[in-house]
Amino acid sequence: MDADQDASQALLDQVRQALDAGTPLCIQGSGSKAVIGHAVHGQVLDTRGHRGIVSYDPTELVLTARAGTPLRDIEAALQDNGQMLPCEPPHLGPGATLGGMVAAGLSGPRRPWAGSVRDFVLGTQVITGQGSLLRFGGQVMKNVAGYDLSRLLAGSFGCLGVLTEVSLKVLPVPRHCVSLRLGMDRSQALAELTRWGAQPLPLSGACHDGQALFVRLEGGEGSVASARQRLGGECVDGEFWTQLREQRLAFFTQGSEPLWRVSVPLATGELDLPGRQWLDWAGAQRWLRTDAPAHVIHRIAEQARGHALCLTPGQAHYPPLSEPLMRYHRSLKAQLDPKRIFNPGRLYPDL
Amino acid sequence: MLYDERVDGALPTVDRALLIQSLRDALPDLQLLCRDEDLKPYECDGLAAYRTVPLLVVLPERVDQVQVVLQICHRLTVPVVARGAGTGLSGGAMPLAKGVLLVMARLNRILEVSPQGRFARVQPGVRNLSISQAAAPYGLYYAPDPSSQIACTIGGNVAENAGGVHCLKYGLTVHNILKLEVLTVAGERLTLGSDALDSPGFDLLALFTGSEGMLGIVTEVTVRLLPKPPVARVLLASFDRVEDAARSVAHIIAAGIIPGGLEMMDNLAIRAAEDFIHAGYPVEAAAILLCELDGVEADVQEDCERVAALFTQAGACEVRLACNEAQRARFWAGRKNAFPAVGRLSPDYYCMDGTIPRRELPYVLVRISEMAREHGLRVANVFHAGDGNMHPLILFDANRPGELERAESLGGKILELCVAVGGSITGEHGVGREKINQMCAQFTHDELRVFHAVKAAFDPQGLLNPGKNIPTLHRCAEFGALHVHHGQLPFPALERF
Repeated sequence: MDADQDASQALLDQVRQALDAGTPLCIQGSGSKAVIGHAVHGQVLDTRGHRGIVSYDPTELVLTARAGTPLRDIEAALQDNGQMLPCEPPHLGPGATLGGMVAAGLSGPRRPWAGSVRDFVLGTQVITGQGSLLRFGGQVMKNVAGYDLSRLLAGSFGCLGVLTEVSLKVLPVPRHCVSLRLGMDRSQALAELTRWGAQPLPLSGACHDGQALFVRLEGGEGSVASARQRLGGECVDGEFWTQLREQRLAFFTQGSEPLWRVSVPLATGELDLPGRQWLDWAGAQRWLRTDAPAHVIHRIAEQARGHALCLTPGQAHYPPLSEPLMRYHRSLKAQLDPKRIFNPGRLYPDL
Repeated sequence: MLYDERVDGALPTVDRALLIQSLRDALPDLQLLCRDEDLKPYECDGLAAYRTVPLLVVLPERVDQVQVVLQICHRLTVPVVARGAGTGLSGGAMPLAKGVLLVMARLNRILEVSPQGRFARVQPGVRNLSISQAAAPYGLYYAPDPSSQIACTIGGNVAENAGGVHCLKYGLTVHNILKLEVLTVAGERLTLGSDALDSPGFDLLALFTGSEGMLGIVTEVTVRLLPKPPVARVLLASFDRVEDAARSVAHIIAAGIIPGGLEMMDNLAIRAAEDFIHAGYPVEAAAILLCELDGVEADVQEDCERVAALFTQAGACEVRLACNEAQRARFWAGRKNAFPAVGRLSPDYYCMDGTIPRRELPYVLVRISEMAREHGLRVANVFHAGDGNMHPLILFDANRPGELERAESLGGKILELCVAVGGSITGEHGVGREKINQMCAQFTHDELRVFHAVKAAFDPQGLLNPGKNIPTLHRCAEFGALHVHHGQLPFPALERF
């Protein structure tokens, strides 16, 4: 299972059998993101046999790899060439795969400045609900031929097809990086972040743990040095951001209350959320540990023009979609996966 | 290239009088054009070679009017083509003789600019440039800057996923919008995306961006605003060999530098621009590169030095740094006026929009010049070198017998070449009507079937912008095979603009 190989035919055969038999498939890599969304009852389609980097030319800023390729292999290849995945995708497990990264569409601390997973998806190869292996998008930065199926598949949790290969835009690692800790309370931090957001500061991370604001500065030597001087605070180890991204900080690992993620607009002030809070994404992503009932969290998020998702296993509560929006989701699912074999119910019971 | 019911699908027969009456009854204050002389100005968009007088034109000023227009058209089974400012270059807003042209340009209010939240909420008819102008007092701007930005509307930008010269660093339209309000073909309101950085469910915001008015009508756009970089500097490097210029681009990227803009022009384009604009370009050079570096002073200074050294290493015979804002503007003016400049060399020219992996550039340019020679035509090359988007300009004279056909044939071969080296038939102009046949070369029948399935999920009767973007399988069976095997497709010719 560790060798690079093209197993697309085996995946295609399994999908075709499932289509013939009308058996649902549970598409799975290492299962690192299994806790997100509802459990899928179906035959496991394991993508991990289909792995390996297909092409990577650092000067093109494009990497193409099979869906089962471990994310760590991709990051290692990029690192060897001074490049990175700018969306900083969480692994959430040692075996996290490229397919899972794109299907889940989760982005790390750099998200508000660099963009999300889907922003870096250039093209995909996918097994469709018709049992065909097809290509959409490509390996070029600009491509507006046809509908953007590749970005639609990002974050769709496998509900519209099986990703077998993905081309991503990658970027150089910034030349300098400094992480700072600034003691201030949450509301002051939110106010400062709003102010800084309108200025050309080289921010690439900003979170608040309840006591202090942590910021990451990335860019050229000059811009990082001058921003550091301006913001003050004390230097901290940059590894902190990886711990945050991987939810390994005490906030995430200690306590038994369910974990919630609340996504709100930038420049949103303090929210009256019950429980313990951790701000990330300059305040646009708020982690919450609380026993409060789901409807309370959803209501607060909605009032802030955002939405909430519970990430504790067995508690997945996706916020409801408006009736017409849900109807078009169902319609799209029916068109692309008419036999409902791809991860049925993972996102919403109807999809 | 006009709508052909035989291969593009039969269109419903419309009772024009009933439609006009229904619209007037429901919307007495809606401006509606139905006389021939009023319809004539709307017969084409930026692709002026192909013209169709629309059945009628409606010019709503409010979203509720758009909604009622769509509801009525849906009830009476009338095709609808949406149009913004009509600057599109691929015929995406080309009207239908059997369809309503829905002009969104009068919904042109900027509804909100939030300096704190760094977004602007605007109606679809707002011009691209005016968003940045409204944000400028706060030190913010809207990044995508298609060359038509003074005139093109944000609604059209969303429909085409418009780019510009700063895409490599700042992304396309899809990377710079947060939320869309849309109306479906049946006139239902949907919100796609959200004010937050993500939203639950499928990413329909991404799907709708670049969908060329085929899935719904955009009625409001929330765009992200970015802090304006305090400093921008431009380097101009001249090369005796195109290969050296191409190699230097790879070296810049390999050095970890992402320029704000990186543009290449070949000798014919340089001469045309210099003759027209007097930008100070070296007319003997085989190629020039314009490299804009933006950010804060210290970083830009450092990057300028590094890039200048890389140019020299790659064999540049001259590297100049614009010494002030006026010279920077002049360096850019040559590039930004390259199309009209080339237009002065020739009675007609035809602008292509293929993308390629950058490493293929030397090979592709050699092949283009060989093919141009075989066709007895000249080609000037302008290239977004940073992101691989080429704009070869084929020079021809439509009044000379056979020349238009040769230009069309050459254009088709250039796009095939782009696909063959792993690129795409369109980087930013869209498929529209212009490249409908080339879609058959880029996608298989099964892939096109998936596109049709997506369309069916939102517009099962196919009433929104029929005949654009995605060819019918019937069209591909008829023209695609011809295209691939003989390269004899009818191909549109762009007039000067």
